[in-house]
Amino acid sequence: MIRLIGYSATLFSLAAAVYGVIAAIWGVRSKRQDILASVRAAAYATFGLMLVANLAMVYALVTKDFSISYVAQVGSHATPFGIAVISLWSALEGSILFWGLVLAFCAAAVAWLHRDERSDMFAVTNGVMLVVGAFFYMLMVGPANPFGAVFPVPMDGPGPNPLLQNHWLMAVHPPLLYLGYVGMTVPFAFAIGALMSRQTDERWLWLTRRWTLMAWAFLTAGIVSGMWWSYEVLGWGGYWAWDPVENASLLPWLTATAFIHSAMVQERRGMLKTWNVTLIIATFLLTILGTFLTRSGILTSVHAFAGGDIGYYFLIFMGIMLLGSLALLAGRSEELRTTGSLDSPASRETVFLLNNMILAAFTFTVLLGTLFPLVAEAARGVRVTVGEPFFNRMTLPLAVTLLFLMGVGPALPWGRPSAKHYRKLILPASVAAISALVAVLLGAGLMATLGFAFAGFAITTNAAEFLLGAGARRRALGESPLVALSRLVKANPRRFGGYTAHLGILVMALGIVASSEFTLDHEVTLGPRETATVGAYTVRFDDIWGRQEPHRFVVAAELAVFMGDRRVATLEPRLNYYEMSDQPITTPAVRSRAHEDLYITLLAFERDGSSTTLRVMVEPLLVWIWIGGIIMFVGAGIAFTYRGPKDGKSKPRAPGVPVKGKVAQAGQAAGRVRAADKEEVPA
Amino acid sequence: MSWKRAGIAMLVGIPLLMLLAWGMVRGDPRIIPSPLIDQPAPDFELPVMAPARTPDGEDVTGEVVRLSDHLGEVVVLNFYASWCVPCRIEHPALVRTAARYRDRGVQFYGVVYQDTPQAIRTYLRQMGAKGYPSLLDPGQRVAIDWGLAGVPETFIVGKDGRISKKIFSAVTEQELVTEIERLLAEPSPAAAPASTPEVSF
Repeated sequence: MIRLIGYSATLFSLAAAVYGVIAAIWGVRSKRQDILASVRAAAYATFGLMLVANLAMVYALVTKDFSISYVAQVGSHATPFGIAVISLWSALEGSILFWGLVLAFCAAAVAWLHRDERSDMFAVTNGVMLVVGAFFYMLMVGPANPFGAVFPVPMDGPGPNPLLQNHWLMAVHPPLLYLGYVGMTVPFAFAIGALMSRQTDERWLWLTRRWTLMAWAFLTAGIVSGMWWSYEVLGWGGYWAWDPVENASLLPWLTATAFIHSAMVQERRGMLKTWNVTLIIATFLLTILGTFLTRSGILTSVHAFAGGDIGYYFLIFMGIMLLGSLALLAGRSEELRTTGSLDSPASRETVFLLNNMILAAFTFTVLLGTLFPLVAEAARGVRVTVGEPFFNRMTLPLAVTLLFLMGVGPALPWGRPSAKHYRKLILPASVAAISALVAVLLGAGLMATLGFAFAGFAITTNAAEFLLGAGARRRALGESPLVALSRLVKANPRRFGGYTAHLGILVMALGIVASSEFTLDHEVTLGPRETATVGAYTVRFDDIWGRQEPHRFVVAAELAVFMGDRRVATLEPRLNYYEMSDQPITTPAVRSRAHEDLYITLLAFERDGSSTTLRVMVEPLLVWIWIGGIIMFVGAGIAFTYRGPKDGKSKPRAPGVPVKGKVAQAGQAAGRVRAADKEEVPA
Repeated sequence: MSWKRAGIAMLVGIPLLMLLAWGMVRGDPRIIPSPLIDQPAPDFELPVMAPARTPDGEDVTGEVVRLSDHLGEVVVLNFYASWCVPCRIEHPALVRTAARYRDRGVQFYGVVYQDTPQAIRTYLRQMGAKGYPSLLDPGQRVAIDWGLAGVPETFIVGKDGRISKKIFSAVTEQELVTEIERLLAEPSPAAAPASTPEVSF
């Protein structure tokens, strides 16, 4: 019964999406608004149907209905309720099903938010969302059908992958990542919509940039939560290993970051129009490439789902999208003609151009490293792996340059800088020099020293923008410092959201550099009541215990942690033994503090409790990586609240549609901007 | 973007897609050829699982299968579990092939992988008995010896006692028949006559 409901829902989603695509073409050609309204209805319908299909699957997982193939594959009677729910995304078919839900949600959101728009651009955009939707629903109906029948019905299943049962972040990381990945479909749909309807004006740029910001925020959160999960679960003390799947999530993030910056150059200067559309298309294609890499089993990776024929479908889809987009870009070259030029090589535009070049080089490097094993095998028949040394050596100089640009950009004006602007760089430069000196004295290497210096530099320039702006308001309007700061941000959400995101990534950079440069790493074997000292910590092995839990057997070492004579914590690193898995899964014990993390993994133990082997690491500033990630998300959220310039530039609305109150408010806000900060007046 | 530039972009994009397509055709990179192929099969002695619990509460019949006793015969060894979905898919193919070669010096064995005799008995009742013995592998020692990565995996051992083929995931009747026919056609090495335990369920 559940199988029937679920499968029909996916089948009807496909039908609704296919109808929507046909109706969009038909409606645009015949200029019939009633047909275009039915396109929006099709988008709502796919969302409703996907919701039904996903709920049906969750219900089947929770009630252990092993007659459904996906449940037989990842379910188990021993699996607790919460884990049963999130095993929706623990294997290929379920993850595609969940992907479909997120995509349908985005399609419905786009249709709903722009339901009053009457121009062709929105009709095509809705159509493109449904084209991508139709592809994923087709996968669910055919090659990756989660609702397959299993007969006879098994008594029990193996349960989800133990690694995915081990931490609450697994409930958070995939949905965030999917929102980011799938969210990138929306800017792509708008880009295609604008190109096809030849409406490549400011309007699409605003809309696209805002949707990109949203998807970027979630992609950032998804990547950072994935790093955090890997740190808390995998037990090697790190968070990023340049695994193909990690790279797959980084690639669209890089191109989307580039777009968020270069879109502003187009807005101010009328330049980079083709480049911007190309970035949006590339971002979308990279999300599909990433999905292909993780789901086709083409590369060896810790995360890879077991493959199957599904890869061919992705490949064909990717090919069609790539060739179609390129042809469209070529056919619309007139609309994308550059209308402006640079005034000065030391302007903010120039910094944005450099930022884009470096992000493009970064993307290319990561893509090359990820695909190189395939190239080597195709060309020379050898199996190679490209690991951390390659990626670190190639990308660290780029990353350090980006930190530098992040410091220069906010200090320079649009157009032509004056002596005043150069003077603004004196304080940040001194901070950079001091940071570098401290880093050298602490014994940091070249890249780490540059990292500290430029991070300090950029933190100062970005923070200075907040302080100077708030100070000006305080003096001019007599506001208290906190009120001045919050009103400053509210009046210029896009600009200060951007600076906030910068501060987030800079804080993260400090955490990354400090923890990779100054980590202490020791392996110790202790008998009962014996101690080992690592950094400021003394660890004493007190006890070892084992306990049967419903779905696993847990062994934990009980450790007392002292700083000097003071007992500061009791830590219990664990090993979890899952029934259907040969190898135990580690759960490291982590004591996080602002200045450093103490990270202990249980490596081995004697059954009689006579000894235990531990890996003890002290990682400075590591927690700032996660805090930086949260700040980035908040920054993108602040920037997202900016709705674009006053309505003057947008397409005229259809007659009879009133201008909404929100738009009027935005107009007033723009007025306040002018009073408080002259730089932000839209050109 | 002009048509010329779009053309250049396609010259980059198409080989990339072709590379990925090649990667798909090449097969799963995680499947590295087993180092055991053409090597003497690791010997084992495993207890035969009882089709039903014996009156004295035992899960085994008391008989023991020793691989080295089968020298001169073709042996098909199928590792499986009740919780494994592809095992269900390949089950009929194994049963049919076993029946087809029963009197031609081909011996089939199932080896239970990380599962309980109770669950296996229910599974065999549902699927129809295998028609050949299932062996219990306590502690997965044999699975480790044979380098098992998961279930199902099927090994085919030639008359000379060497592993001639390892099949990942569900086997098809065609795969089994092709390999068995090839091995049966090979000359038999001088070997002691095998003794097959007379068990059937």
